[in-house]
Amino acid sequence: MMSNGFEPKIVGFLCNWCSYTGADLAGTSRIKYATNLRVIRTMCSARIDPTFILKALLEGADGVLICGCHPGDCHYVEGNYKAMRRYPLLKRLLDAYGIENERVQLEWVSASEGRRFAEVVDRMTEQIKALGPCKVRTALAFDMAER
Amino acid sequence: METTGKKKLQIALYWGAACGGCDVAVLDTNEFILDVAAIADIRMWPIATDGKYKDIEAMEDGELDLVLFNGAVRNSENEHVAKLLRRKARVMVAFGSCAHIGGIPGLANQVTKEEIFDRAYLNNPSIEPGNRTVPLPESHVEAGALEIPTAYKRVYKLDDIVPIDYYVPGCPPLPAQIKGVLLAVATGQLPARGSVVGAGHRTVCDDCRRTRHERKIKKFYRPWQIIQDPETCLLEQGIVCAGSATRSGCGVRCPNSNMPCRGCYGPAPNVKDQGAKIVSAVASIIDSKDPAEIDRILEDVPDIMGYAYRFGLPASMLQRRI
Amino acid sequence: MRSIRIDPITRLEGHGKIEIFLDDDGGVSDCYFQIPELRGFERFVVGRPIEELPRIVTRICGVCPASHHMASAKAVDGCFGGELPPLARKLREMYYQAHYIHSHIAHFYALAAPDFVCGPDCDPATRNILGVVQKVGLEIGGQVIKARAMAQDIQTILGGRSTHVVWCIPGGVSKGLTKEELERIRPMADQLYDFTLFSLKLFKDVVLANPAYVDLILNGPYTLDVHNMGLVDENNAPNFYDGKVRVVDYEGNEICKYAPEEYHHHVAEHVEPWTYLKFPYLKQRGWKGFVEGIDTSLYCATPLARLNVADRMATPRAQEAFEEMFQVLGAKPCRALLAQHWARLVEMVQNAETLKGFVEDPEITGPGYRVVPQRITGEGVGIVEAMRGTLTHHYTCDEKGICTSANLIVGTTNNNAPIQMVTKKVAQALIRPGQEVTEPVLNMVEMAFRAFDPCYSCATHTLPGQMPLEAVVHQGGRVVKTLRKNLG
Repeated sequence: MMSNGFEPKIVGFLCNWCSYTGADLAGTSRIKYATNLRVIRTMCSARIDPTFILKALLEGADGVLICGCHPGDCHYVEGNYKAMRRYPLLKRLLDAYGIENERVQLEWVSASEGRRFAEVVDRMTEQIKALGPCKVRTALAFDMAER
Repeated sequence: METTGKKKLQIALYWGAACGGCDVAVLDTNEFILDVAAIADIRMWPIATDGKYKDIEAMEDGELDLVLFNGAVRNSENEHVAKLLRRKARVMVAFGSCAHIGGIPGLANQVTKEEIFDRAYLNNPSIEPGNRTVPLPESHVEAGALEIPTAYKRVYKLDDIVPIDYYVPGCPPLPAQIKGVLLAVATGQLPARGSVVGAGHRTVCDDCRRTRHERKIKKFYRPWQIIQDPETCLLEQGIVCAGSATRSGCGVRCPNSNMPCRGCYGPAPNVKDQGAKIVSAVASIIDSKDPAEIDRILEDVPDIMGYAYRFGLPASMLQRRI
Repeated sequence: MRSIRIDPITRLEGHGKIEIFLDDDGGVSDCYFQIPELRGFERFVVGRPIEELPRIVTRICGVCPASHHMASAKAVDGCFGGELPPLARKLREMYYQAHYIHSHIAHFYALAAPDFVCGPDCDPATRNILGVVQKVGLEIGGQVIKARAMAQDIQTILGGRSTHVVWCIPGGVSKGLTKEELERIRPMADQLYDFTLFSLKLFKDVVLANPAYVDLILNGPYTLDVHNMGLVDENNAPNFYDGKVRVVDYEGNEICKYAPEEYHHHVAEHVEPWTYLKFPYLKQRGWKGFVEGIDTSLYCATPLARLNVADRMATPRAQEAFEEMFQVLGAKPCRALLAQHWARLVEMVQNAETLKGFVEDPEITGPGYRVVPQRITGEGVGIVEAMRGTLTHHYTCDEKGICTSANLIVGTTNNNAPIQMVTKKVAQALIRPGQEVTEPVLNMVEMAFRAFDPCYSCATHTLPGQMPLEAVVHQGGRVVKTLRKNLG
């Protein structure tokens, strides 16, 4: 049903200590996975302000993946709990904006979970492919061109 | 009124999609309004004087020293006059929440124009039975053609339509702040273009007299559900409050009346998206490490959109429901 | 066909324009009063917590925000089963009196007064508030500003804000009144009472003492044979905050009297394609078009209409003023629309007396201003008298108190059809074939809607200045003449 050949752009905010290392492991282990993710390394999932996610969508991302250490494993003790609390509220906000739920996902990926990381990216890429492009950018461009 | 050699300031006040509250706020400067009349010619102020579009069109470009434009832009007339006044104005100010960030009318960006028309004219309990008529930009009556402006599909803040020199926040702006702005213009002591004037440079929380304890909560309450303690931070009592994401300058009028801030002064300095900041603030107060419990706790925060962007949906990063 | 377009009409709350079509002889063939805007509150409040609505709907009108706040709060109270402590009701009603006074003062002095104090056909450059101040003196001008400021201050003391108050909450109000605050209000309430009596006297001295004005009011073209609507208490005295809606025909017979929740049996709204504003009418009579007469389904909801439907006033000094007014007018109900201005002052006396009554109420500083509602019942209708007419808010909500629908019939909307008709009527009476359309004539046309309803000329006119009105005469798509005038 979806347009042929649509390759979504997914922005990945990865915590430095676990998830980024997990992604690294996926790479060094030569695990093959979708190439749709553009990775931005943050020091902690707590650093990922909801503003970042809105900005990513505004700038043309079709999906946003937030990855942090598993609960209990945060390098800063409690940082990932902050992400855990923000995420469901942000999802509700995105719902209200009419943005499909699957476009923004939160996953816990440890430094040793290279394979899991690859699976997360593959799965999310397929989901976003099925959804098609995010309409935020075109909608706002339309608003400015035509009232 | 005699001019005393010095040329009087030429000013205009205009409204787009607005309620008139900004104009009442100007009126609420009371006797000061007589001082304004002494130093300024009011060339247009529809709520109070009868300057017409033709009079504005007849002016030289830049003839007006100051235009205070309140209201959002949501139809072709608003846009036309905003552009007209921009050409005539040396300094154009987005005055009040609606011009600044879209205001409460901006909540219409969460629904479609069709839904609005449907509710207003077709499906509501008091509409004439069987009515199928909706207003049209052009219509014909026996005597001739009639026109009304085209309603736009969404609401725009003023600087989406024309470049703006200064922003005066508030719904409505505080009369004392309005005095300050007018005096600044009169004396030429304006800050850098693009600045927010007539407001503070902190958050509403910073000005709030209530005490914060770094307390976390297991339950949110709607304002009617509990009798609040008048001394404690409302958010710490579980009441969603926009104070921490909102610019100061309002006098903390709502929290001082035991009601939470809804953000009319717009994003605090250095806050890019007021609603995103409110999401962070609300989430940060939750006392739980269990996703299921967090979800349950958030059940008591209905309509996050209405809390996050009560006044600023058109100014949010995503601007409208997609 | 030629037309005269007045765009935008000014000195009104909101936007509007008038299109006057002339026939080949230069007489008025038709006239349209158009409202160019729709903001969609009824739709975008859906999905929001119901208790937030009183904080949202204030932005329908910044000139009468408390009217919307109160009507909304009452509709929300209904959604919670209607429980309200007596003190909360008193405080809300007290606030509302001050709100009325603020609006009525501004309207009378800045808007109505120029046409009467200076004269409807005086030099337009002086037909404004400055001209009024010149006639009545600078001292009175200052008093007017001060009195309106006091009315605003009383609201701020009570509810924390005047414009866009956030004070009403399901189960009461968010803050009570302290003894210290009451003592600040007391002298202001006294002064406002004196000021309302002074205003009444001024009206008599300036307007009623002039036979030409009395003739204009009673015998000018400013009459309309439509019915009257207003909120009354159990004694059929006006109550601005609460009561039943009474509709009385222009011969004085009661057509109906309904409780707020019955409104949709009695009022319906007609839609025309050439204006965004709807036209309410009496539903049981059906929409019959823009027609006058005893069978019409149209009504006014204005200060004069409120006094027309009332058997008496609720307070003694206002009662005296009420009796005197109808005695001079010679008939009750009165159909002379320019008498609105007088009716407004009579109402203001009741507002001030009621306000003083609350100041003297020993319970007013009590603690019982709020309860926590225990149940959500899901539907409510709130009706108050806005300064500009009967204001109806009707909401439904789900079991969590989330708004599922909203319907609003706003004060001025009630008068949309009558304004339409009287504007045309006055234009037809004054713009005559073969006669030039002069500036005073256009002002007289404007006096039709201005007299009618303060919303179109809302309460913010203390700024001195010129108010030119422009009328463009078109012939064959070409501008043949441009008229400018200045209004007060």
